Amino acid sequence: MQTKKKNSHWRAHAVLLVVLVAMIYPMVWLVGASFKPENQIFSTMNPLPLAFTIGNYVNGWTATGTSFTVYLSNSLTVSLVTVVANVASCSVAAYAFARLDFAFRKFWFGVMLGTMMLPFQATLIPQYAIFYQLNWINTFLPLVVPYLLAYDAFFIFLMVQFIRGIPRELDEAAELDGAGHVRVFFSVILPLLKPALLTTTILTFIWTFNDFLRQLVYLSDHSRYTAPLGLNAFVDRASGSSYGGMLAMSVVTLVPTVAVFLISQRRLVEGVATTGIK
Amino acid sequence: MSENSGVAVLDPPVQEEAAAPVRRKRKRHKHNLAGYGFLAPWLIGLFAFTLIPMVYSLYLSLTKFNLLTAPQWTGLDNYVRLFSDERYLQSIKVTLLYVVTSVPLKLAAALLVAVALNRGLKALGFYRATFYLPSLLGASVAVSVMWRQIFSRDGLVNQFLGLFGVQGADWIGDPRYAMWTLVVLSAWQFGTPMLIFLAGLKQLPQDLYEAAAIDGAGRFTVFFKITLPLLSPMVFFNLVLETINAFQTFTPAYVISNGLGGPIDSTLLYTLYLYLKGFGSMQMGYASAMAWVLFAVIGLFTAVYFWSARRWVNYAD
Repeated sequence: MQTKKKNSHWRAHAVLLVVLVAMIYPMVWLVGASFKPENQIFSTMNPLPLAFTIGNYVNGWTATGTSFTVYLSNSLTVSLVTVVANVASCSVAAYAFARLDFAFRKFWFGVMLGTMMLPFQATLIPQYAIFYQLNWINTFLPLVVPYLLAYDAFFIFLMVQFIRGIPRELDEAAELDGAGHVRVFFSVILPLLKPALLTTTILTFIWTFNDFLRQLVYLSDHSRYTAPLGLNAFVDRASGSSYGGMLAMSVVTLVPTVAVFLISQRRLVEGVATTGIK
Repeated sequence: MSENSGVAVLDPPVQEEAAAPVRRKRKRHKHNLAGYGFLAPWLIGLFAFTLIPMVYSLYLSLTKFNLLTAPQWTGLDNYVRLFSDERYLQSIKVTLLYVVTSVPLKLAAALLVAVALNRGLKALGFYRATFYLPSLLGASVAVSVMWRQIFSRDGLVNQFLGLFGVQGADWIGDPRYAMWTLVVLSAWQFGTPMLIFLAGLKQLPQDLYEAAAIDGAGRFTVFFKITLPLLSPMVFFNLVLETINAFQTFTPAYVISNGLGGPIDSTLLYTLYLYLKGFGSMQMGYASAMAWVLFAVIGLFTAVYFWSARRWVNYAD
């Protein structure tokens, strides 16, 4: 029995590893190819470059006429501001839904869940028209301001679920000591909410950094372009030539999100597994 | 509720009776103030970025609007025109095909891998994280660029097929295959539903499995008679979410087809066409009508799921 079980584990490992290698191989190839000279990129499946060069990175970095330094710092600005805005606004709303008792709470909660199902295309055009009237086109404001106002209900829901798991006795004890809702929120709920805040931070960062459509619609100047837009501009320009630079810049735009993933993967995977996520 | 009980302990019951209505009213008032105070940012956002835009969008869908001049009322004209717009009908065809193939494929992959992982394997954390990574990066332009290269005529896929003497097609350039590269890309991102399935599998009651083992049930019987029914709420959850997501896919279709939906509109997903109409040719009234139809279609799918759930989703209380 014991050995039989071990054998089947070996088989499971073998199958899983094959699947895993097949899945990851394209990314390994991408990284390898980005260090190959142009004429060797498509000549072999071997991801290891025979002749190692960083020329693709050097040339690709400024190939669109604007440096990737600009694109990356724009992306980081947008992503980091969105993270802070999203964490702050969603946690406040989640506290209200999970702990406070007010008229029409259930109604608003239902509305909030409803907005999670809403396709973002439904509001894309009118939002654009509104931001156009406000003269916000080609600024970061349309990308960031909605998140100051808890635009992504998914994270509210995630935090509501988490707060519901925090024992109410803790709030009540603080209230008996004379703490108001603001103090309960800051000194009882927020510290205990940390795991959910962390999941929110990581996912918001990665999703914002990789977001494309909204940035494509709102930003039109190269000086305002984010990393995905810069890469897309490269693709438009390169089609047919300079694959090396294009692949190298693809790697560059993946680095921030992969880095965040590697640092946080254990907690992130736990967080996603227990909360259930898009 | 239990907040009130905290107060009740402090107050002697006799006093409570006389003073209760007044105090309760004041209390309720205070709660409303605090509740709506904390809710205010979300409420303002709800009206500013969701509700008002939706009403505005409904109005725009009944007009001709190019952003620069005021909308012109055209009634249902946009909706009528949709159904004689060949490209629109093509985008519906492509999108439906994409949704009904990519979602089941992704969920099947997620479920298979989750079941395979759920046997107390060593290095579970490593597998989980690695399988999850593609679904985290999959929406990026960079991954779409990579996909375009590996499915190109002399890309990685064809080199691999070449090892077996198979001459691969020009996957991206051939209208018969281009859409399928998007389906494969979607299936490649099975990590998120896999994590949710794994979490569900961990909570399944072990005694059923022991009973099945005593009865000598085979692995397939156990999977189809025990695991799958018990996991059906998770299947339902993932099905709803992934369907909504699939309808909204944009980036890979845009990048792989250079923003055009080609070759011969074979990758013209709904959102891509909406983008081309709304922001390419500035037909924002028309694009708003498209958005409302999409909203209705997603609503319909979700409604059918919820309606059918009674038959196949097993809620064990």
